[in-house]
Amino acid sequence: MDKRMTAADIVAELQDGMTIGIGGWGPRRKPMALIREILRSDLKDLTVVAYGGADVGMLCAAGKVKKVVFAFVSLDFIPLEPYFRQARQKGEIEVMEIDEGMMLLGLRAAAWGCPYIPTRIGLGTDVVRVNPEIKVIDSPYDEKEWVAMPALKLDVSLLHADCADERGVCQIKGSDHYMDDWFARAAQKTFVSCDELVDADYFNNPEESRYVFWERSMTSGVCLQPGGAHPTSCAPLYGFDVPHFKEYNASAKEGGFEAYFEKFISNSNEEEYQAKVGGLEAIKQLPLPVY
Amino acid sequence: MTNPVNDSAASEYSLAELMICAGAEAFRNDGEVLATGIGLIPRLAASLAMKTFNPDLMMTDSEAWLLSEPNPVGNREEGFVQKNETWMGFSRIFDNVWSSKRHAMVGPTQIDRYGQANISALGGTYEQPKVQMLGVRGFPGNSISHANSFFVPSHNKRVFVEGECDVVASIGYNPQRLPKGYSLDDIDIRLVITDLCVMDWNGPDHQLRLVSTHPGVSVEQVLENTGFEVIVDGDIPVTAAPTQAQLDVIRQLDPHNLRARQLKDNPPGDRRQ
Repeated sequence: MDKRMTAADIVAELQDGMTIGIGGWGPRRKPMALIREILRSDLKDLTVVAYGGADVGMLCAAGKVKKVVFAFVSLDFIPLEPYFRQARQKGEIEVMEIDEGMMLLGLRAAAWGCPYIPTRIGLGTDVVRVNPEIKVIDSPYDEKEWVAMPALKLDVSLLHADCADERGVCQIKGSDHYMDDWFARAAQKTFVSCDELVDADYFNNPEESRYVFWERSMTSGVCLQPGGAHPTSCAPLYGFDVPHFKEYNASAKEGGFEAYFEKFISNSNEEEYQAKVGGLEAIKQLPLPVY
Repeated sequence: MTNPVNDSAASEYSLAELMICAGAEAFRNDGEVLATGIGLIPRLAASLAMKTFNPDLMMTDSEAWLLSEPNPVGNREEGFVQKNETWMGFSRIFDNVWSSKRHAMVGPTQIDRYGQANISALGGTYEQPKVQMLGVRGFPGNSISHANSFFVPSHNKRVFVEGECDVVASIGYNPQRLPKGYSLDDIDIRLVITDLCVMDWNGPDHQLRLVSTHPGVSVEQVLENTGFEVIVDGDIPVTAAPTQAQLDVIRQLDPHNLRARQLKDNPPGDRRQ
């Protein structure tokens, strides 16, 4: 089955009000080309579930978001995401704020068809106070109470992988695939942008296929988009773009998102976007971060 | 391992170095657990403990591998090869967290009398906070699963708040919030390392208790800068100065002296006049 699509095809599959999971972690391996395509669309009222970075900030700033399910939204080396921060401080968005491990449990519950997974996490904290949709329950096996972390059922997940074949076999060779496999499994449909399209027999080599973390039946569509994670990283191919993130962060203080959006996104297709940030070759030269 | 000369207290050291050595003590008797220091000084504290008195500690590269030797902080020399021992992606960190075999040293923005902590948001209402910070991140899961210590670079009443934290991101010793089937002893908050002193939660009913004051800091200074009662039980010793051997290890772990940029004006560790 040939699952190749364009970014525009993928965004055409999305509808107002959908719950969308976004893979990656903070400033790392986010499907940013797909996010930019959403920013150019008239989609609205989305519920976003993510280990958030600029993906969440940009969607909030562009008025695409009704609700964010999050444990953090951060650019890492810039700890606070400027536009998520603004949206929260203006009271513009609904939130479900949970522990980062609870998010994993919610995705697993959705993937496994369970209504919830019991956990200790959240007990004694405001997580169980500010989230009426999260219940605390008695156990049939002990005398303790437990948080019933509800399934985080996703209509769609958007991910970025290093490479994929046209059937939707996706490879992530960076040192961590984060929770992307669970985002794929928790969603009705998963769309993946990738830096490279490969032939199916690329995966015949076990050294390659061991970096495939979900089956192709979980992937509805793949979109070739070299450099598509920019300005986030796609290790080992490229690091995140520190100067670009600094400019993005500064725009929140001067100019606002509108100025950033006009400069880089609204009047540009992805090729033009890449030219504005120095070109694909420059993206591929971005150094990997040192921790 | 150390000779008598190196084992003696150093005469000159920075406050950051004093706090690294005091922080390392938090991990001394931990045995074989994952030591996680969030931020440069806590990371160097955990690394110092692993390199000296508790080699059984485990540590990550802050990305995806467990290391047999802590990585030095900052840019590493060309050709540096880190000593991986286990793949440890973020999903597996949760498996470790929930197994309880971990001790994290974290830097909350607010800490209250119950040891509850906040990194999520400040002021306003929950729906519209005055200042949105990170979010609760891993604090709820960490605090109910394993040991935690706190690092506070500036000891004041904005951190050690008078009332409860604006957002309670981690469980503490608050009887009102204690979950059914739990006792306060199930919560495990260890040391608090600040720029003024070392404290723990071993006062009556797990109240915050002064353990030692840093050289040149008075007990009154600690009490004046804390928004709630700190138990002071008898004579309070002075925080032990780093040994020369410890300073040597710290220099290897932080060859670019990034520790000198962590505290405002990089004050000396001994502030006696």
